[in-house]
Amino acid sequence: MKILAIETSTEACSVALLDKDKCNEFHEIVPQKHTERLLPMLDELLTECKTDISEINYIAFGCGPGAFTGIRIACSAAQAISFSQDIPIIPISTLAGLAHGAAKKYNSSKIIPCIDARMQEVYWANYSFEANSGKVTLAGEEQVISPEATNISFNKGNNEIIAIGSGWLTYKELLTERHSKYKIIQSEIEYPHAKDIAEIAKIKIADGNVKQAEDALPTYLRNKVTHQKRG
Amino acid sequence: MRVLGIETSCDETGVAICDSEKGLIADALYSQVEMHTQYGGVVPELASRDHIRKVIPLVKEVLQMANMDKSEISAIAFTRGPGLMGALLVGATAARTLAWSLKIPAIGIHHMEGHLLAPMLEKEKPKFPFIALLVSGGHTQLIRVDKLGNYTLLGESLDDAVGEAFDKTAKLLGLPYPGGPSLAKLAEKGNTDRFHFPRPMTNRPGLDFSFSGLKTFAITTVRDNPDDDQTRADIACAFQEAVVDTMVIKCRRAIKETGLKTLVVAGGVGANLRLREALGVEIKRLGGKLYFPGLKYCTDNGAMIAYAGCIRLLQGQEPEESFQPRPRWPLEELF
Repeated sequence: MKILAIETSTEACSVALLDKDKCNEFHEIVPQKHTERLLPMLDELLTECKTDISEINYIAFGCGPGAFTGIRIACSAAQAISFSQDIPIIPISTLAGLAHGAAKKYNSSKIIPCIDARMQEVYWANYSFEANSGKVTLAGEEQVISPEATNISFNKGNNEIIAIGSGWLTYKELLTERHSKYKIIQSEIEYPHAKDIAEIAKIKIADGNVKQAEDALPTYLRNKVTHQKRG
Repeated sequence: MRVLGIETSCDETGVAICDSEKGLIADALYSQVEMHTQYGGVVPELASRDHIRKVIPLVKEVLQMANMDKSEISAIAFTRGPGLMGALLVGATAARTLAWSLKIPAIGIHHMEGHLLAPMLEKEKPKFPFIALLVSGGHTQLIRVDKLGNYTLLGESLDDAVGEAFDKTAKLLGLPYPGGPSLAKLAEKGNTDRFHFPRPMTNRPGLDFSFSGLKTFAITTVRDNPDDDQTRADIACAFQEAVVDTMVIKCRRAIKETGLKTLVVAGGVGANLRLREALGVEIKRLGGKLYFPGLKYCTDNGAMIAYAGCIRLLQGQEPEESFQPRPRWPLEELF
């Protein structure tokens, strides 16, 4: 089973191919250059894996939250691949992707992914990791929220949490201060990786959780993008 | 050769298939206009969010209409610009990745070239060289077209585009967005003799336009007159007459200056029936020929992009891998 994954919701342009348990990834930090790098990177990936696009069984993508244009690039590209190759599509939360990456690396059960959402807000979530199943599970809801209003809601076990994502770097002081009752381990991973998107997708596929091309859409979280006309 | 065209530059998602032998064989359009009406204009972020829901369903729809499998598509054309960045990006990404996945070429099309070639979708096609009057919500340009990709700007609006002037004046008269068609409809009930609006920049040489003064004139006229239905209709009528008359004068001038006798009108404002009628009379008087796209191909559509892509590829244009949109892109930079 071959899963192709695309993640472009931040400054990183990331593509990965998961073939059974082997995962190859190309990951570049290319702010504003995703449109130029995405397809060449996919070509490089498929060449390295000696795989033709027609051999891909599933397409997964980081569906956000993240930069609106970025998540639409991943979503449009993934929809196009899903439709043209007649393969199922799996949208994966970018925050879950970050959490998954941190969980593997730190072997820790409490992860707080946080992405800078601009406009003095962050995309924020509480994820827990179960080592047995290899799954990250969302506690509560993913949010777009002011850093001053963020909450950590783990109450069992020790007070160690893994902080991951660009939001922790942008609001470092504020967030460490607010959550000072936790022992915060700062991950150096700033951006989500396609290999994590692919690995979560594999679990979703096993659960039968897949979609058709046009049903896979971005998760924006920030939905107030306009003011209703007055009068 | 069968080219799939995808247009997402503003608030319409358009997808079509053009056959190099048979011409247009399938065409589908989704207009977001209703959604934007409640905001009194296009909200770019909402436009992008809507495009991404519609592109793939419309691609499926046109393939079904043409009774074709996706493997039978020879190439994909998409609107590279000008337009709204986020909106363009959705169509460009989908188109370029679709082409990559199907291992076929893709090319980015200039939206305004699409418009000016739209009359070629009709049975009776204009022949090069000709003068094109491109009139829409974002553009007002007179262009000399010698051949495909050889465009010389003769004149353009120095401020508001003509469609924009229609929309703003319509808003002033309390008409719903999009204002152009609503204003034209109201003008039908108006009396042409009650008000007289200026014909901007017609009493000096040159082919440039200016429409912002008309808007100011409309503001003053509304302010100084009673607020009733007939007055509003009379103002709409006078405004439209001034715009149409100005365009007729500039087109006449362009024809005289270039010696070219064929005029092609394209873009959303090209759907204005009063403009069509007035230009028809004038061109006939000058012994020239006038071409319009069909009404449905005046506004944004996928057909014109599929067609432009088809002839550009036949002409040997090289495809490229990047799908970076060009929200600002002067037509004269094409070749």
